Amino acid sequence: MSDTILTAENLTRHYSVKGGLMRPDATVRALDGASFSLRPGSTLAVVGESGCGKSTLARVVTMIEPATSGRLTIGGKEIGPNGAKGDRDLRAMVQIVFQDPYGSLNPRQTIGQTLMEPLLLNRPEIGKADREKRAREMLLMVGLRNEHFDRYPHMFSGGQRQRVAVARALMLDPKILVLDEPVSALDLSIQSQILNLLVDLQERLDLAYLFISHDLSVVSHFADELMVMYLGRPVETGPLKDVYAHPRHPYTRALFSATPVADPRRKRNRIKLEGELPSPMAVPPGCPFNPRCWKATDECRQSFPEYTGGRHSYACFHPLAKDELPRAETQA
Amino acid sequence: MALLEIRNLSVEFETVSGAFRAVDGIDISVDRGDLMAIVGESGSGKSVSMLAVMGLLPWTATITADRMEFNGHDLRTLSGRARRKIIGRDLSMIFQEPMSSLNPCFTVGYQIRETLRLHTSLDRKARQTRAIELMEQVGIPAPEKRLSAFPHQMSGGMSQRAMIAMALACEPKLLIADEPTTALDVTIQAQILELLTDLQDRTGMALILITHDMGVVAETVKRVAVQYAGQKVEEQQVEALFDDPHHPYTAALLSALPERSQDRFLPTIPGVVPGQFDRPQGCLFSPRCQFADARCRAVQPQKASAELGYALCHYPLLHGEPQGKEASA
Ligand SMILES: Nc1ncnc2c1ncn2[C@@H]1O[C@H](COP(=O)(O)OP(=O)(O)OP(=O)(O)O)[C@@H](O)[C@H]1O
Ligand SMILES: Nc1ncnc2c1ncn2[C@@H]1O[C@H](COP(=O)(O)OP(=O)(O)OP(=O)(O)O)[C@@H](O)[C@H]1O
Ligand code: SF4
Ligand SMILES: [Mg+2]
Ligand SMILES: [Mg+2]
Repeated sequence: MSDTILTAENLTRHYSVKGGLMRPDATVRALDGASFSLRPGSTLAVVGESGCGKSTLARVVTMIEPATSGRLTIGGKEIGPNGAKGDRDLRAMVQIVFQDPYGSLNPRQTIGQTLMEPLLLNRPEIGKADREKRAREMLLMVGLRNEHFDRYPHMFSGGQRQRVAVARALMLDPKILVLDEPVSALDLSIQSQILNLLVDLQERLDLAYLFISHDLSVVSHFADELMVMYLGRPVETGPLKDVYAHPRHPYTRALFSATPVADPRRKRNRIKLEGELPSPMAVPPGCPFNPRCWKATDECRQSFPEYTGGRHSYACFHPLAKDELPRAETQA
Repeated sequence: MALLEIRNLSVEFETVSGAFRAVDGIDISVDRGDLMAIVGESGSGKSVSMLAVMGLLPWTATITADRMEFNGHDLRTLSGRARRKIIGRDLSMIFQEPMSSLNPCFTVGYQIRETLRLHTSLDRKARQTRAIELMEQVGIPAPEKRLSAFPHQMSGGMSQRAMIAMALACEPKLLIADEPTTALDVTIQAQILELLTDLQDRTGMALILITHDMGVVAETVKRVAVQYAGQKVEEQQVEALFDDPHHPYTAALLSALPERSQDRFLPTIPGVVPGQFDRPQGCLFSPRCQFADARCRAVQPQKASAELGYALCHYPLLHGEPQGKEASA
């Protein structure tokens, strides 16, 4: 598509870990072949269980770490092994906001210094007065006030600190914002303030969001597209409404059914999954979900299913029919 | 008689900057087989009030209560020895930080067997069998192997589950579970919640579930208490609470749920929870409440009737409309 700002093809990030006593060296397949694209003004949400590679994906997309294989194209430029080194325009293009509003700000810097730092490092030609002007404008943009400029992070609430983190990420006029669990540490009443801020900024600045979350109710409110990951791989990707209306991958279905819904009158239909999420150091052969899947056959245990479908794509030998009742589903 | 009966519980901490009231006049009553949840913002005193019940607060805490009884025992006057007999057997708690309640020096298996040795008459072999069974119930794969693991050798989710197994070892009469599934993935969470409600069903265990996840509340409990800044501001049956919240804070909280919103922009609650130094004079929610007036800012509200969810509010809501406003105007 012509208006994509970022394209990932088979993006992969493996880590080698040194074995210790009695343990051989091993490869962690943290991110194991993800393909997707981001568009301005649009949000791709990434969901999946702890350890499935969401943060690894975030670091690779933000060029904090290089991919070990696959292709990443940002703003028409193909990213090489050196990432954004020496290319400050590219570096400015993608910024990240982390989950922890406490750990991500330097306690010894005032909010003003925190906001001006990216300009100082990346746009040294901008003079001091202008730098300060832009930082103060950004404070207002994220709903903070002028008098906050000279204060330190410890004087702020969790929600306010997350506003500061968003403001800092926006200082270099990025086109893409990677949001790694940006509201998970916040109370419900503060969470809605930050989500509204992100919606507002996206509309005003035409930002593309890669939004990582484990909270499906937040995701379904916020995202345009959804990518469900399992053991380093996307198992299903597509327009949010389509994936919700008809999940094709059994894991997507299991994840949806396990997510509690804030409606005490709703009837629960939980799919009981057997077994554990395996370690990315020992990814099972075939479809990575096969040891826990109620539809698995020999085929699933032998080879990895190809991605099928168009914009709504999935990798499964036995995709679910619409409204198919899984055998493992229990009425509760 | 209720299994747990608490009247007017307050907890004050001595801090360098003066006294801080973390829990402020809370009433809780739990019967056998009850499933109740305590919800509320971070810092609203959920953990502290339950730690007070367990007798686990540090010496800087001053606890006062008109009544504090569990299963006929007055918890305020109970000797340490008598308390240790009850806690871990009839009354047990799953803590918010799993690492703090597992002893790093002993294997998980040893810790579970030790709980069983102290509180049951099971012999060695039966204790081992029971330990394996418990590990299986909380969804730990290869339980025989995991029993010989030390807590630090397990992932966060795994040690959380080991702790849950330990708390359930003696089939307690009351389980207090403080954010038991927050660190777990939703697929494991579903399994644990099912285990807890199943125990209630099978053994008549009562459960107090502390959580901030309204989805978990809706799917797990029958009754909900809402806390704000150390006070209980409302209590209702779960369906009624979601249908017709009576306290403005509960109403605002529920409308901030993303799944309840049709709009791109979510309703918000302006401001933040009051701290030690900006505690308002009248209603503690008044600085953030859309219905607040001069009376709210000056006078502390009294509890409303049971039909109005005991809402701690001058103008409790009925179908979203504040009641009694005209009368005072
Ligand atoms: N630098 C590293 N060296 C070795 N292994 C790593 C490294 N970084 C991440 N991993 C492993 O890669 C896997 C994916 O980790 P990642 O942090 O991306 O997961 P995640 O989906 O973000 O999980 P969570 O939901 O818990 O944040 C994990 O098993 C993790 O232990
Ligand atoms: N030992 C202590 N000394 C002083 N203040 C304390 C102590 N323990 C807790 N507090 C304070 O008491 C208040 C209530 O804390 P509590 O842990 O009960 O909150 P909570 O409702 O459980 O919140 P969360 O959802 O974050 O777990 C907080 O403001 C907390 O800072
Ligand atoms: S007493 Fe007044 S301020 Fe407090 S919740 Fe009720 S209406 Fe709002
Ligand atoms: Mg992560
Ligand atoms: Mg707590």
